[in-house]
Amino acid sequence: MEFYLSLLTLFGFRILLGLSAYVVILTGQISLAQAGFYALGAYTAGAASSMWGWPIFPAILLGGLVGGLFGLLVGFPALRVRGLFLVIATLAFTEIVRMVFLNLKYTIRVGDRTIGPAAAEGFRGITYYFQNGWSSLQIVAFTWFFVLVVLLAFWLMDRSRAGAVLRAVGEDELAASSVGINLTAAKVAAMTAGGFVAGLAGALYAHYATYVSQEDFGVLLATFAIAYALIGGTGSVLGPIAGVLFFSLLIDGLRFLGDWRNLLFGVLIVAMMNLRPHGIIDVGLVRRVASLLRPGGRKAYAGD
Amino acid sequence: MLEVRDVVTSYGMIQALRGVSLTAREGEVTCILGPNGAGKTTLLYTIAGILRPRSGSISFQGRELAGTSAPDVVGRGISLVPENRLVFPHMTVRENLFAGAYVRLGRDRAGVEADLDAMFARFPILKQRAGQAAGTLSGGEQQMLAVARALMARPRLLMMDEPSLGLAPLVVEQIFQIVQGLNREGITVLLVEQNARLALSIAHHAYLLEQGRIAFHGTPSEVSANEGISRAYLGIKGG
Repeated sequence: MEFYLSLLTLFGFRILLGLSAYVVILTGQISLAQAGFYALGAYTAGAASSMWGWPIFPAILLGGLVGGLFGLLVGFPALRVRGLFLVIATLAFTEIVRMVFLNLKYTIRVGDRTIGPAAAEGFRGITYYFQNGWSSLQIVAFTWFFVLVVLLAFWLMDRSRAGAVLRAVGEDELAASSVGINLTAAKVAAMTAGGFVAGLAGALYAHYATYVSQEDFGVLLATFAIAYALIGGTGSVLGPIAGVLFFSLLIDGLRFLGDWRNLLFGVLIVAMMNLRPHGIIDVGLVRRVASLLRPGGRKAYAGD
Repeated sequence: MLEVRDVVTSYGMIQALRGVSLTAREGEVTCILGPNGAGKTTLLYTIAGILRPRSGSISFQGRELAGTSAPDVVGRGISLVPENRLVFPHMTVRENLFAGAYVRLGRDRAGVEADLDAMFARFPILKQRAGQAAGTLSGGEQQMLAVARALMARPRLLMMDEPSLGLAPLVVEQIFQIVQGLNREGITVLLVEQNARLALSIAHHAYLLEQGRIAFHGTPSEVSANEGISRAYLGIKGG
């Protein structure tokens, strides 16, 4: 049971991370900065709860806000670069964040323990859950509260004018600006929202792990963020969830294969990209399902 | 209605427009002819606010437009049908049309719905395709969608960039009939077109843009009467 609960908690961080990449990808941007936002959220929220004695809820929220603030800061210069150049620029951001935390030493003594970011040794003692005697079930519920709120917010956003704007920018920037869409606002808003959600994910992760280190927030994490959204599909907010399930089941579900697992892992990703080149839940699938659910089903769609 | 004065637009060091002046009069079709690379698209992008002019002025209905952002230009009543149509390929036809009404969607939902019906009445093929992804439409249908999308913003000035590009002759004629029809309903049109003969057949006034400058302007008959121009652009032997 404990194992499944902690797996469910892990899914929560991953889904949030995937959603943070999802909202940015909607505008046609591929960003490796999500790992940097995640790291900022983890360190800030960790410091807030374990060093400054903040209650858990505002501490997590602060992690999100700091992620969002840096999303805003990265969003503006990111407007000037596209495609691979944006990938490299955002990777540079993630590396800068990592290097800052590699060198940041800011610790306090609490009793006989040293708490805080201790440069290369990482940040120990983010023990709010432990100190307050939270059960695994409580941790799952707390994590998923944030996951569900973000999912709901993104789902509503997707169905609103804002969602249409982000998708229009992602489809064709020139066409979007010809109908009067403000590209700057759309892209920066997406990057800010992505930063906020990645910050939340990092904040929650830090409290679950109790110990974080800059090593965990590198290019691999950033790549997974994108992979969750792209393999899962950007047709709906359910896409990143499908992506997380796909990867998590592969990683943990194929353990019995031993060394063969890594080989099969790669093969399955390649196969998936061939079978569903726009992700598992792409726009086409969403449209087909929507037409089936509409009263009258397929007929209404055909005669529309 | 639209007054462009000495507009200079550059891409880095390269000047694409070297002091262009032209006037699009209210209720008329004004066409811009010229070879590839003359700066026709650059001129439309500059008016649309997608590019910023380095110098010069653009006034629309008596108010300065140069330096206004693209969303504000659309809000002021100028819509662009971009070259190659540029519909949103993965969005449905209906979603494309709603996107066209973006600047007034928030405050005039009922008007937008009414205009959507009006577009479907004007372009019945779009109604048939309403739930289909725009990328699956034929070239002519996409052009109609691009025009309809631009109209959804209720423009007073419609700018069209090479609407005949890559379309079959019959479809091209259809598109031009649509443009002429819109003009008769009172929409001012600024048309960039390679098919000079067809463009001149519906234009009231024509400008010839060469290497970033206006080389000639006049009525269609004056353009046709000019031996050099008609030889170069209409394929008519001077005689």
